[in-house]
Amino acid sequence: MSSLGNIVFKEIRELLTPATLLPIIIMAIIFMSMGNTIGGIEDEIEEPPIIGYIDYDNSNLSKIATNILDKSAKVIYNSTNKEEGIKTLEENDGVAFILIQKNFSNNIFKGNPGEIEIYWIMRGAGILDSISSSVVGLLLDEINNNISRDLIQENIEVNATTVLQPTFRNQTTHFKGKEITGMPPEDISGILSSQSTLIPIVMMMIIIMSGSMVISSMALEKENKTLETLLTLPVKRTSIVAGKIIASAFIGLILAVIYMLGLGYYLMGFQMTDSAGAAQASLYLEASDLLLIGLSVFVTLIAALSFCMLLGTLAKNYKSAQTLTFPVTMLTLIPMFITMFKDFDTLPLALKGILFGIPFSHPMMAPRALIFDDYLLVISGIVYVSIFAIVMILISVWIFKTDRLLTGSTNTNLKKLFRKK
Amino acid sequence: MAAVIVKNLVKSYGEIQAVKGISFNISKGEIFGLIGPNGAGKTTTLRVLSTLLQINSGSVKILDIDLAKKPEEIRKIISYLPEDAGAYKNLTGRKYLEFIANFFDSKENKKIITRGIKIADLGARIDDKVDTYSKGMKRRLLVGRALMTDPALAILDEPTSGLDVINAQEIRKIIKNISKGGTTVLLSSHNMLEVEFLCDRIALIADGVIIEEGIPKKLMEKYNASNIEEVFTEVVK
Repeated sequence: MSSLGNIVFKEIRELLTPATLLPIIIMAIIFMSMGNTIGGIEDEIEEPPIIGYIDYDNSNLSKIATNILDKSAKVIYNSTNKEEGIKTLEENDGVAFILIQKNFSNNIFKGNPGEIEIYWIMRGAGILDSISSSVVGLLLDEINNNISRDLIQENIEVNATTVLQPTFRNQTTHFKGKEITGMPPEDISGILSSQSTLIPIVMMMIIIMSGSMVISSMALEKENKTLETLLTLPVKRTSIVAGKIIASAFIGLILAVIYMLGLGYYLMGFQMTDSAGAAQASLYLEASDLLLIGLSVFVTLIAALSFCMLLGTLAKNYKSAQTLTFPVTMLTLIPMFITMFKDFDTLPLALKGILFGIPFSHPMMAPRALIFDDYLLVISGIVYVSIFAIVMILISVWIFKTDRLLTGSTNTNLKKLFRKK
Repeated sequence: MAAVIVKNLVKSYGEIQAVKGISFNISKGEIFGLIGPNGAGKTTTLRVLSTLLQINSGSVKILDIDLAKKPEEIRKIISYLPEDAGAYKNLTGRKYLEFIANFFDSKENKKIITRGIKIADLGARIDDKVDTYSKGMKRRLLVGRALMTDPALAILDEPTSGLDVINAQEIRKIIKNISKGGTTVLLSSHNMLEVEFLCDRIALIADGVIIEEGIPKKLMEKYNASNIEEVFTEVVK
């Protein structure tokens, strides 16, 4: 083999290790599954939105509206009972119930915009949850434009403002048991996302920063050969594990506060405009809710650091510690993106299971859940994360008590079992 | 009275048996040396006695305390110096000794630190960061750390490993002195001449088994050898 080939071969052997390949393989699998989910969302966009309507006016102008709805949407209710219509839509994944009032065309002819009452049925507050309502919004724009065109073509004498804007929307949104008047789903999503953006980002930053600190700390103890000395000192193993977790949590919280100050001011710019609407729609967190969020953040931080401590016991040196932070980063990014795009309630069952199973997702879901009084999700999340943290700490302490921390030896009985099979 | 009693000690790593049922006793205040080539089982034995590794079978008693049953109690009376030990690089020598001393009796804290500083003998450099120390200085600090607590049993793995002649001699003197003060010492070494100078009794270990044990002088007489190196070669034959 030539000198060049010899060096290339050696470099490939050094670089192409399972530690290099595994993160990329996991990343590829995650992207593949995310691609499938997005594919499903594309199908959802292509399908016409499910709606219902009542046309009390039954005039030429109102028929322009109903014709567009019949053509571009899947109409599952077209009768005269509003309550029955809304109920039908709620039971059949409907998006909106549209009601055209009796004096719709008369108002337009008198120079006043014709009222279209819209009862939105909102299922989730994620970016992708409001796609169907956006499609209905576009249909309502089309109705407005077609009525304008008709008024011009028919030379109906009304003022210019009414010609340009012949309809006006009176909107009410039904979302998780709340009736929010005067707001379409897009506005509600906007308010909710501005209120719940800070926690996922801060959570992600704390977990990644303090988590990598714990893993690196363990790796450095091994690399600097200080671990053996530490383990022979008269100190309990639980104290070593707890000491490392508490110190990292403390530093993580300091970093988070600094980070939150900057990000908080940045996000405040967006929240100011929404605060009045949020209060009106009662989309805000009460003091007891904030306490629950704080508890959720705290137990999650402990769980994350306990998990990192466990990963840290596997680290052989500082370099391998860098690789071990990858699963933590991914487990933090996945729930952050999922909760940003979809609400927990509107996720497929498998994704719901995955999201609940990832302990870091709970404080990210908590603010939105608490706004809509979903205490079960938040409290069960806190209980689950606490159990997860305890299990991780117990496993870490157990590893500290065995030879595994220094020798990295695996269970020989398990090995033998595999060999026999 | 025996300070250390090791009976049929077995330690395996998976399917590899590193220590194959060794037994030895160390008297109080004695310097006992484990001598053998690389991979003979010296470090494994020392790591077991310092509570770092669990015993597969056999028993170890230090000052009558069962190591397998009460490792926490053992840690209070021993001190272990690994062959390639390190110290926290961002601490000064003094802060490092203070950090270690804090795990022991708080009333004795100042006394322990003063003793550690005296043994390390680093002068004004004790207040410099460990990161700036030479290999010899670092080793002296670690020896100071290991011996400052006045342990009942000091377990020293290659205590002069990688040191120049002068530093090595200094450390040997320190070990001799603490032994005179009543501390029992168990050490391992490749350096047969060092062992001959330091140890009251030695055990020759090869392939996880003790193949000979005794007072260096008597072993030399027994094998008609002029030094321990020759004894070892003779025994291994």
